[in-house]
Amino acid sequence: MKLDSMYQEIILDHYRNPLHRGLRDPFDAEVHHVNPTCGDEVTLRVKVADGVVEDVSYESEGCSISQASASVMSDLVIGKKVDEALELEREFLALMQSRGTAEGNEDVLEDAVAFAGVSKYPARVKCALLSWMAWKDATAKAVDPAAAAPAPVGAPLDVPEQEKP
Amino acid sequence: MTLTESRVADGTPSAAGFDVEQVRKDFPILARTVHDDLPLVYLDSAATSQKPLAVLDAERAYYELHNANVHRGIHVLAEEATGLYEATRDKVAAFIGATDRREVVFTKNSTEALNLVAYAMSNAETTGAEAQRFRIGPGDEIVVTEMEHHSNLVPWQMLARRTGATLRWIGLTDDGRLNLDNLDAVITDRAKVVSMVHQSNILGTVNPVARIVARAREVGALTVLDGSQSVPHMPIDVAALGVDFLAFTGHKMCAPTGVGVLWGRLELLEVMPPFLGGGEMIEIVTMEGSTYAAPPHRFEAGTPMISQVVGLGAAVDYLTALGMPAIAEHEHAVTGYALDALATVPAMRIIGPPTDVDRGGAISFVLHDDAGRAIHPHDVGQLLDERGIAVRVGHHCARPVCLRFGVPATTRASFHLYTTTGEVDALVEGLHGVRRFFSR
Repeated sequence: MKLDSMYQEIILDHYRNPLHRGLRDPFDAEVHHVNPTCGDEVTLRVKVADGVVEDVSYESEGCSISQASASVMSDLVIGKKVDEALELEREFLALMQSRGTAEGNEDVLEDAVAFAGVSKYPARVKCALLSWMAWKDATAKAVDPAAAAPAPVGAPLDVPEQEKP
Repeated sequence: MTLTESRVADGTPSAAGFDVEQVRKDFPILARTVHDDLPLVYLDSAATSQKPLAVLDAERAYYELHNANVHRGIHVLAEEATGLYEATRDKVAAFIGATDRREVVFTKNSTEALNLVAYAMSNAETTGAEAQRFRIGPGDEIVVTEMEHHSNLVPWQMLARRTGATLRWIGLTDDGRLNLDNLDAVITDRAKVVSMVHQSNILGTVNPVARIVARAREVGALTVLDGSQSVPHMPIDVAALGVDFLAFTGHKMCAPTGVGVLWGRLELLEVMPPFLGGGEMIEIVTMEGSTYAAPPHRFEAGTPMISQVVGLGAAVDYLTALGMPAIAEHEHAVTGYALDALATVPAMRIIGPPTDVDRGGAISFVLHDDAGRAIHPHDVGQLLDERGIAVRVGHHCARPVCLRFGVPATTRASFHLYTTTGEVDALVEGLHGVRRFFSR
């Protein structure tokens, strides 16, 4: 079936047995990203030492694509120099924005090329990108806390707490 | 349409004279295929309904023959356009049991209708004494329910923030109904407004409006009803409901997008401050200030959504001809059939009332694989789409409900006058397929 291009066995494997899952110490930055359209959420921590991504840990809730992507992403960037990892992020983003026209370079992206089929489904691209965007944000904060991106818009409304009757 | 058959399809008894197969012929889109050659199974009517030919024809005829701006100009087209626009006001008034056409205000959608009331309340602070009833400030309370669509929650959160009032809410029971045990403690004499959903878009629950309105009246609070999911599906009589305001949207009741309605009791609309300022909502304008038109025009600033209003009139005619009681009965039968059919899917968790009592045709659920692990609704929706089945997945703009039931999202199948039990069967078969796929 056509969907097999999205639900690659390698994606389902990562979904069933995610790598590097769970929040760990120590970390330099922690972020929380959400995909409001489907309710997917990820809390992600990054530890950077000597320009190298030493650890990425996360707790996430979401569809198989977003869960598998977090697993693949963390496995790919851990141990890489920050610059190399950011280059991977750009490669992956380009693949996801290719609308099914790119296959991805397996030598560079490894398991992440399995997401090429997802790029044909615009509604699912955000699922695949959620953890990557969270990682990029956390890494920017870890590397240079002062220059970190501003908080996402839509800060919680300041609504008085409900008194419990 | 012919009125001979009295079956839903596949043998389920339905309202006398209601023939769903004939009804479906009025909706061209229901005959299309998706993914090459699969029939479309559209189970996402709570997001938006499909449109019958009568509505499409009315919009086209408006532009082909009558297009002009309304309420200005004295030429033939302007008078025809104004006549069509205002005729819808009469149709809508009759449709919901309003006694005075001036009680019907056209808005962009339900969201704008609800925001209109919320902003009128904070604008009351700088309006004359006649708007006293709408004033709200620190110490006052706004009451909603935990099952509100964000459109009937966020505007009140914003009102609370603007005015210093406190937001409170009626909680939910485990089977998706309002917990009224402590109603008198939630709605107190500090309540200035009680705004609630009539039929939940995510749970399907039809709420006991009368009981809540009775309490709100006891304490002198204004009452607002979000009828987005009820007006399209059941007979509505605003006098019987007893509320002060009713908001609903056209696109869920076979009309085009871009038009909604705020109905309000005339004596309230007459003293309610405006929300949006601009052309058509004024009486006398000088550089120093302005006085405002009487309702409904006070609340319809600017050139309105004329063709959509004309389309709404055609939709009201269409639904009225079929009969809202018959439509409600048909949907009730499909909903009961669907609840029974979904119960045959292993490890199915329905989020909302498990029976068809006081319940509409929007059914949310969480599907699990053979290992008991929840299959994320996004994955469920994707695999169903592969079979041509359209459902909604996510938090359905009612995230607090998902939090209440401890799920990140749900899959929702929702029905309308054209839904068949055959489509419900396709859904159930599809769900078995999804379970097989993720249980591999």
